[in-house]
Amino acid sequence: MIPEIGQFALILALCVAAVQGTVPIYGAASGNASLMAVAKPAARGQFLLVLIAFCCLGYAFAQKDFSVLYVAANANSKLPLHYRLAAIWGAHEGSLLLWTFILTLWMMAVTLFSKHLPEAMRARILGVMGLVSLGFLLFMLTVSNPFERLIPAAPDGRDLNPLLQDPGMVMHPPMLYMGYVGFSVAFAFAIAALLGGNLDAAWARWSRPWTTVAWCFLTVGIALGSGWAYYELGWGGWWFWDPVENASFMPWLAGTALIHSLAVTDKRGGFKVWTVLLAILAFSLSLLGTFLVRSGVLTSVHAFATDPKRGLFILVFLAIVIGGSLLLYAWRAPRVGLGGGFDLVSREAMLLANNVLLVVAMGSVLLGTLYPLFLDALGLGKISVGPPYFDTVFVPLMTPAIFLMGIGPLAQWKKASVPSLAMQLRWAFGASVVTALLLPFVLGKWTPLLSLGLLLALWIVTTAVINVRERLTHLEGAGLLSRLASVPRSYWGMILAHCGIAVFIVGVTMVKGFEVEQDLRMNVGESATIGGYTFQFDGAKDFVGPNYIAARGTFRVTKDGREVTIMYPEKRRYMVQSQTMTEAAIDSGLLRDLYVSLGEPLDAGAWSVRLYHKPFIDWIWGGCLIMALGGVLAITDRRYRLAWRREQEAAPAVSQPVGAPIV
Amino acid sequence: MKRFLLPLAIFVVMVGFLAVGLTLNPREVPSPLVGKAAPDFSLPQLHESDKVFSPKELAGKVWLLNFWASWCNGCKEEHPVLMQIAKSGEVPIYGADYKDTREEALTWLRRWGNPYQLVAVDEAGRVGINYGVYGVPETYVIDKAGKIRYKQIGPVDQDVLEKKILPLVRELQNQ
Amino acid sequence: MMRIWVLMFVMAIPGLVAAQEARPLAENPQAEARLRALAVELRCLVCQNQTLADSNAPLAEDLRREVREMIAKNMSDQEIIDFLVERYGDFVLYRPPLRATTTLLWIGPFLLLAIAGTALVLAVRRRQNTLPEVIVSEADHQRVEQLLSDGAKRP
Repeated sequence: MIPEIGQFALILALCVAAVQGTVPIYGAASGNASLMAVAKPAARGQFLLVLIAFCCLGYAFAQKDFSVLYVAANANSKLPLHYRLAAIWGAHEGSLLLWTFILTLWMMAVTLFSKHLPEAMRARILGVMGLVSLGFLLFMLTVSNPFERLIPAAPDGRDLNPLLQDPGMVMHPPMLYMGYVGFSVAFAFAIAALLGGNLDAAWARWSRPWTTVAWCFLTVGIALGSGWAYYELGWGGWWFWDPVENASFMPWLAGTALIHSLAVTDKRGGFKVWTVLLAILAFSLSLLGTFLVRSGVLTSVHAFATDPKRGLFILVFLAIVIGGSLLLYAWRAPRVGLGGGFDLVSREAMLLANNVLLVVAMGSVLLGTLYPLFLDALGLGKISVGPPYFDTVFVPLMTPAIFLMGIGPLAQWKKASVPSLAMQLRWAFGASVVTALLLPFVLGKWTPLLSLGLLLALWIVTTAVINVRERLTHLEGAGLLSRLASVPRSYWGMILAHCGIAVFIVGVTMVKGFEVEQDLRMNVGESATIGGYTFQFDGAKDFVGPNYIAARGTFRVTKDGREVTIMYPEKRRYMVQSQTMTEAAIDSGLLRDLYVSLGEPLDAGAWSVRLYHKPFIDWIWGGCLIMALGGVLAITDRRYRLAWRREQEAAPAVSQPVGAPIV
Repeated sequence: MKRFLLPLAIFVVMVGFLAVGLTLNPREVPSPLVGKAAPDFSLPQLHESDKVFSPKELAGKVWLLNFWASWCNGCKEEHPVLMQIAKSGEVPIYGADYKDTREEALTWLRRWGNPYQLVAVDEAGRVGINYGVYGVPETYVIDKAGKIRYKQIGPVDQDVLEKKILPLVRELQNQ
Repeated sequence: MMRIWVLMFVMAIPGLVAAQEARPLAENPQAEARLRALAVELRCLVCQNQTLADSNAPLAEDLRREVREMIAKNMSDQEIIDFLVERYGDFVLYRPPLRATTTLLWIGPFLLLAIAGTALVLAVRRRQNTLPEVIVSEADHQRVEQLLSDGAKRP
């Protein structure tokens, strides 16, 4: 009964989405206020209906209702409750439901935080989001129904993929989808603005916080996925340039470009056409990622089980949504004003150059990901494009972007002076270069990439320091504290996010440069030393988990004779799917991770063992978190709240363009 | 105005490729060996372990080389089709028992029937590597000059047999 | 009391026995390092998308064995790669070789950068020539800055 309620709720949601996607947009076009007013209740109703469906599926999992096909395929009576609930998004159908649920959540958020928006704008935004949701609901109800019954019911389920039975994986998809789907808001804003013809600075200001929130979620989501791969796949790697990883990275690159471009549109009224295109691009890439993961056109470690019918559905959906948006763009963009002129050396130009580099990087990832498909489709043979390619291409593209990151925030709008920039930055540059050249020698090894990585990180930090100092000296105010307080939070957010990149680069550079790995054959009582740590193997014992059996090894780790920690790596065998999983033991630290994974049992209690010493690896994810925190800081800026309050008071006024007149 | 159409144009091209991509199997790797001489080998026979088999013995004949194993599910799937070929006598099939144990392979053939003229034992899978085998079953069509003319990856089914393998075999036999 | 002493003694044994150094899994660690360096750039054929180094598939193990033997025979990296490409095609290479069909793949990113960079410079030049000097006036900015700093000062 409960699953049928869920299914019924989805059908109702589909009907509501159909109304929401048409009536308000028509209302906005014909200036009919009562039709426009449909948008808000429709969005809220849709949210409620999809929430009901989501809870119904959760209930079926909690109750181990194996008469639901999806539950039977992805859970088992022995699977613990928290993993049964996480199994809702463990496979294709349920993760689509999560996707749709998060989309309605964002719609709900738009209805709550849009009091300051003109009625027509809000109607169009919710209408566009309703159309997107219509597509996904239709997809679910036609070829990917999570509530499909299995009659007769299975006596027990086939269990959740053991790879996904992990806390990191529980949180990774919701975070990632919050990011993916969050870009739908910026997308809907852009489409609404194109439809309405009022692409002005106010539009950019409204879009900014939404985009930043989505970007924060996406950043955290990607970091979680990478962390999961690090400890769950047992190879100690953290990024594989797998098509599915690339699918999440491309919207991130486009989103990062969008955030910067929105800043210019907001502050200077420029780049409007470009900003709109980026907003369309960021969400389109999210949709493309959804297609790539589910259609089976590319092979990946993480792809969902695939079905050509589903692939075709998403492709058609993709063609309609993205193709339609780009057509609208081509039609409307020529009429959008250009904004202010600026010099080749100016903050605008640098932000634009940075945008170009980010988009080219995104294009390269796209090219590398799809190139094997292109060749295959043309009958020109099969090739593989993997990490060596992406590493080769990515570094030269990102290096100038990071140099600009240091200069851009110091440059003046419109026209900056080269000599004064050089004066401001010479110390930062000198200090970074000298330190980056010498530091690797102190650390014990010099390679060009090591020096380059450290140079980039130091450059970001030193320029940030100069930037803050510069900012503070130009402020009036008596004490340092009052001057600090008068700097807006969005500024601190920017500085923090940039420093997050520096932290990330340090992590990547140090791990690549200094990680040590050993493959050993360890008898009970034997020990091995890497990176100054001695690992003594005290044998492996059998261990029984809820739905697996495992061999659990004990490693006593000492440094200079003092005990540091005891580590318990496991080799698990999940009974239902008869799949073996390597659960590495990791001792994390600010400056290094110790990583032990069990290979295969050898004779007489001995095991093949892989030991790693990975310096600074946690800085990779720490850097991502700092970036996301920077984003969070930026959106708590007083300006948005103030701007909203002002706009609320004078709602009609804001629909007037404040930037350039429409040419 | 044209430059605003550029994103749409790129997107249309991409959708075209993706649509074609839906019909392709990304996991199937075509062999670079097609059109080249079949790698030579000399392996012990399954039924008479003191004798060896080498493809050189078959010069001047068109024949099929089928890599199989008793542990492989796809081999069971294609087995009736192979039996049918053997029965028609249209083309001889030689087997290469890939990474298998002798007893299990013999039991499997006794149980399901033996479509092979002769089975060679590739216990370590080395000959498999020379032929670029990456998953059994795989079937090679080898011509009179000892060249590989076609490679079937995965089970041979009725469709592949009638549309690809048999017409090719007939053509090669008439050369 | 006695029992506790015995227990503590027994527990201390693994620590007391002078720990022996564990041996590397491979007979020849240098060769293994070379294998690893090669294997991370090679693709396992049977798996979804893994390198030869990471995969546990039987074929990957066989291929690692072949590569080990070739290393022992002192074959160069290029010879080993050629051996695999001869059998499995370019598909095994995660670093696609530069050929007519992969030219676009390798120069694409830099071509894209060159085009985008040129377009950027041209667009900025054109703007400078055609657009009025100031669109958002200084007064506007002052007003916005004023509002912002007022807002920030408010508790």
